Amino acid sequence: MKNNKGRCLTRALVAWIGLFLCMNAQAALEIEITQGVEAGIPIAVVPFEWQGAGLPPHIVSDIIEADLKRSGRFDAIPRGDFLSTPHDHKQVNFKDWRLIKAEALVVGRVQQLGSDQYQVEFRLFDVFKSKQLGGFRYKVPGGSLRKLAHQISDVIYLKLTGERGAFDTRIAYVTVERGSVKQRYLLRVADSDGFGPVTILESNEPILSPSWSPDGQTLAYVSFEKGRSMIFTQRLRDGRRELIAQFQGLNGAPAWSPDGRTLAVVSSREGNPEIYALNLQSKDMRRLTNHLAIDTEPAFSPDGRHIIFTSDRAGRPQIYRMRSDGTSVERLTFEGVYNARASYAADGKRLTLVTNQGSGYRIGVFFIDSKGLLVLTDTTLDESPSFAPNGAMILYATQQGGRGVLSAVSADGRVKQVLRFQKGDVREPAWSPYNRKL
Amino acid sequence: MRNKTSLAIVILLALTLAACGGKKGVKDGEEDGVSTTALDDGSGGLGSELGAAGDLAANNKVYFEYDSAAVTDDSRVLVEAHAQNLLDNPGVTVVLEGHADERGTREYNLALGERRALAVAEIMVAYGVTRDRMQTISYGEERPESLEHNESSWALNRRVVILR
Repeated sequence: MKNNKGRCLTRALVAWIGLFLCMNAQAALEIEITQGVEAGIPIAVVPFEWQGAGLPPHIVSDIIEADLKRSGRFDAIPRGDFLSTPHDHKQVNFKDWRLIKAEALVVGRVQQLGSDQYQVEFRLFDVFKSKQLGGFRYKVPGGSLRKLAHQISDVIYLKLTGERGAFDTRIAYVTVERGSVKQRYLLRVADSDGFGPVTILESNEPILSPSWSPDGQTLAYVSFEKGRSMIFTQRLRDGRRELIAQFQGLNGAPAWSPDGRTLAVVSSREGNPEIYALNLQSKDMRRLTNHLAIDTEPAFSPDGRHIIFTSDRAGRPQIYRMRSDGTSVERLTFEGVYNARASYAADGKRLTLVTNQGSGYRIGVFFIDSKGLLVLTDTTLDESPSFAPNGAMILYATQQGGRGVLSAVSADGRVKQVLRFQKGDVREPAWSPYNRKL
Repeated sequence: MRNKTSLAIVILLALTLAACGGKKGVKDGEEDGVSTTALDDGSGGLGSELGAAGDLAANNKVYFEYDSAAVTDDSRVLVEAHAQNLLDNPGVTVVLEGHADERGTREYNLALGERRALAVAEIMVAYGVTRDRMQTISYGEERPESLEHNESSWALNRRVVILR
């Protein structure tokens, strides 16, 4: 372990995972791990054997290795150190892996069965116990190989950490491409690692605040396409859109209730930005806040009983909590001059938020019970944080070299990475819930 | 005629104050309700442009302090000049576009931009303009005037634009 430390840290700091998406050159993306971890589980991911014509549509083992690295829980041993390259249990010699201090080993094989049919098998081993921890075989079309790789990463993560992985989830975000005259705003959905982006909405006017429905099937967002802010929902499966809020004044900050029936929204239709509960079926709007100050950025607690929100009713923006019927308002944050855009972790005990303690807008985690605030980042214009559904990572937007990039940080602040797209300003990320069907 | 004269005075005051405020970027010494910025040495040659329709169009931005929707006394004069213009031209309506700088969260800034636009609207209402002649739109931090990430750029972006 000690031996691994230096090597691991150095590698993490210089690691450039040069993964490029072949399908769409425009969407090319690189992930830089900007801050590594000192004590991840040393794991060896052997490149899977390929049995088929030409090149496989996706390199499954590369995707798995990158997933595990990004989580900060693993230290991927460089392939150059490997003493052998097994692809199944019969070929594994545990001594080879103990020598290079691997604690876990992943091997596998991808076979092409038909023109668009692939069989993938993998096995996970505990090197010290010389024991197989798991093994699965799948048959999928080429378009599902990337998704399958993330599912395999989730299996490995669960077996080795005891916690559920969040690799097989998605992220939504907004990309802005500045033209000479006009700007183009793209609302996109990609895999949790930023690959495979699909543009679900294009507009010459601003798009912001994408928010996932609890079933992961629909996004609510704010669009200025009709000249001012309005709230839309859009089903991902078929692109069906619905204009939800076009009241006078601003319409913003949509947030779903856990049962998916209500959207908390911000409207100034009565003269001042207030939070309302909008019943998606009856379209009934119920006002929840009533204060001269700004009340915005609502977010439901996972049990649906509370709504947290940002208010400057005490002079500066701070986080408040009320019951979801608008009663029992209490102030939660007192540390720092600016706390905003808070949202819950699935455990209901932590919030992630934007905090300014006097030296810039950074991402923090707030512990509801102890009222403790942990600042995770050291940049100055961080925005839009959201937890992965397993609560282990936080995705947010920051500025790098004068443009917006997506970043992720582990919930304890130890691992950081930047997702850099080749084009445009990237902003407003939101991590999806579970519940994604294959 | 009297109306025209009063408008001219208001505009002169507004332009003078706006010019002073713009140069310094911050409130000038203001004690016991006495503003020390109202005096001008006259070298600006403002007089020749009085009453021209372009003056208000060119002076249509109200700037704000960080995280504030309070209209400064200097800016209030400018807003009132626009209000007077609306009273003088009954057929005209305006759009009040509220903006914020990039710092902080987008939705909070959307609300802040709305508050700024509403603050300008309130002054116009107090001056006698009816609400149906004004529309407020907040763009939050989405439409910056200056794209740099520094204090002077942010000061330009915290604004309400009065559009005819």
